[in-house]
Amino acid sequence: MYLLIVLLPLISAIVSGLFGRYIGKKGAQFITTFLVSFTAILSLIAFKEVALNANPCYITLITWIDSELLYASWGFIFDSLTVVMLIVVTIVSSLVHLYSIEYMGQDPHVPRFMSYLSLFTFFMLILVTADNFIQLFVGWEGVGLSSYLLINFWFTRIQANKAAMKAMIVNRIGDFGLSLAMFAIFLVFKSVDFATVFATAPFFANEKFIFFNFEVDKLTLICILLFVGAVGKSAQIGLHTWLPDAMEGPTPVSALIHAATMVTAGVFLIIRTSPIFEYAPNALIVVTFIGALTAFFAATTGLLQNDLKRVIAYSTCSQLGYMVFACGLSNYSVSMFHLMNHAFFKALLFLSAGSVIHAMNDEQDMRKMGGLINVIPFTYSMMLIGSLSLMGFPFLTGFYSKDVILELAYAKYTIDGTIAYWLGTISAFFTSFYSFRLLYLTFLNDPNGYKEYMKNSHEAPLLMAIPLIILAFGSIFIGYITKDMLIGLGTNFWGNSLFTLPNNVSLVESEFIPAWIKLIPVMFSITGAILAFVLYTFYAKFLYQFKISNIGRTLYGFLSKKWYFDKIYNDFIVKSFFDFGYNISFKALDRGIVEVIGPYGIVKTVNNLTRIITNLQSGYIYHYAFVMFVGLTLFITFIGLSNFISSILDVVLYFIFILTLVFYSLI
Amino acid sequence: MIVNLVEYLTVAMIIFIIGVLGIFLNRKNIIIMLMSLELILLAINFNFIIFSVSLNDLMGQVYSLFILTVAAAESAIGLAILVAYYRIRGTIAVKYINLMRG
Repeated sequence: MYLLIVLLPLISAIVSGLFGRYIGKKGAQFITTFLVSFTAILSLIAFKEVALNANPCYITLITWIDSELLYASWGFIFDSLTVVMLIVVTIVSSLVHLYSIEYMGQDPHVPRFMSYLSLFTFFMLILVTADNFIQLFVGWEGVGLSSYLLINFWFTRIQANKAAMKAMIVNRIGDFGLSLAMFAIFLVFKSVDFATVFATAPFFANEKFIFFNFEVDKLTLICILLFVGAVGKSAQIGLHTWLPDAMEGPTPVSALIHAATMVTAGVFLIIRTSPIFEYAPNALIVVTFIGALTAFFAATTGLLQNDLKRVIAYSTCSQLGYMVFACGLSNYSVSMFHLMNHAFFKALLFLSAGSVIHAMNDEQDMRKMGGLINVIPFTYSMMLIGSLSLMGFPFLTGFYSKDVILELAYAKYTIDGTIAYWLGTISAFFTSFYSFRLLYLTFLNDPNGYKEYMKNSHEAPLLMAIPLIILAFGSIFIGYITKDMLIGLGTNFWGNSLFTLPNNVSLVESEFIPAWIKLIPVMFSITGAILAFVLYTFYAKFLYQFKISNIGRTLYGFLSKKWYFDKIYNDFIVKSFFDFGYNISFKALDRGIVEVIGPYGIVKTVNNLTRIITNLQSGYIYHYAFVMFVGLTLFITFIGLSNFISSILDVVLYFIFILTLVFYSLI
Repeated sequence: MIVNLVEYLTVAMIIFIIGVLGIFLNRKNIIIMLMSLELILLAINFNFIIFSVSLNDLMGQVYSLFILTVAAAESAIGLAILVAYYRIRGTIAVKYINLMRG
């Protein structure tokens, strides 16, 4: 059963991808959805066995690499952490499969799409079940590949091509960090097995080694490199630029990959390697800062985006920031809890956005929407539930994890914890602001869309509605139901899968912080929501006046241009790389030196040489006679003088002289 | 019989060099070339005979007889080729004989 969980999506991908033309559109849709849903059911059973009955399961299949030094096997871990991820991945994936049947129904490439979705699910399952770093890397690269394929699904659109390449290349930077981390782990631990590495991590604490001529702490370096991988995959600040652009892909893809599952792989990696991170306190501080900054940055940027999906993408980025800084504060279980909750409400938001886009005839610009509450009330209510859950409205799913994260951050009583608390709280304010701005502009505003679109817009069909309803239930209840199980005081749910140093546990302290501190995030959220609603309903004129004022214009430009991240990257990094790539490595090296001493040069040299030799062959007898005479004379002279010359010169030198002369004549 | 080798050899060498120069300085007439060739062979013959007399060894004179025969046959073949060539090309000017040009 455990192996079936991993294998079924692969079978589904193969059947749908390679034999799609034989089983047809309906066949591909049915088979992939059925197999992935079956995987979800198996995952639920695995969850019951592993997590609820506390029976972790370790399966080692076959040896993969066995070279005396390096040993890696194909093995699978099913512990509490894995099965929670399994639940998230397979449930969201099967719902997205179901949703895609209707959403992508008109597309001519349905089997390919379903195949890619299943392939992604397979690689994600490999990633979360891996029992060594190398297998994890297989899954890691596999989901990157699937992400590329799915963003680029409509491959005739240039924007989609660009976005896909950007996602691939930006992720490559993070992957490089992860590779370096794996090398460093192998160097330090002489093993890539999770079990070995995690068990021996304490013995390498505070040891140093040389990296790039700097003496650095072993575990700190490993953790920071691992975190670079996580930054790439989880779109943290610095390498986040690919995530908003990835919204060029179909909406179900955004829901599955760029909101619920793949982008959480980085967070999963940090949680999985918690036994190393715990012994690298400096790395944890870095993680906290980057996470908090990401949460803040993405929330402010999301405020002023006009593309429906981009707002939600930045919201994803911001929530990932929350998860990461929760990891940085050593609260891995809370981070995992938020990851799970986030998967539900963010998938709900994206799928509802898909429903809106479907209804509006593929229009994504919020400025051209409005008034949809009368046309698609069901989608509106789903979106409202998702948004309320996202902004942490009391007693919805998001509330339980987000507030706990913020409380824990405050209860650290360290500089980074406090900074994270305040940045996170302000982000919560912005989160609810942009959520309600989105709701207002899309549903409540006066209609701004084209009349034809509004006339033809329709409510989500049944197959699209079912996933929405299921996810809505998840968004409302999951947090309440599983809070005590996952992050309750003294829960033994996680078993050995997570590790927190006793010094770093702050769950107890978080119960004793002042009540007003606990209330601030909720107050901020509600204030933000009300403020957005009031400002956009009654003070639209004031907003416009502010926007065209000097300060307003600067601020608006700064935020809607995403803090100029893309501009800076393009001007200072991408452009210089392009310059280097064209002028130096292409023109000077590849078409230059290599070409001259390589194929082109050889051809030219041979041509020159033969031309000179053909000139020698004049055809006139007297020329031949002359050469013969001179040659003979020289020959005789040299023989005559050989005793005298050989003491001075070497035969090899003659050869070299002749060669030099020949080549000199060529130039 | 005492022979001053150097003087005789100088004559042979001069004849030889005249022959060689006749080949590669002459750009007009191919028959002169053939004659130069004969001259070279003659010079060689002369050498053979000089040394034969000097060393008192008849072998050299026998050899020179052989060379004379071969030279006669060779100039006969050369003239025959020339005649054939003239029939085909209509000229025997050296500057047009460059069919071997690469």
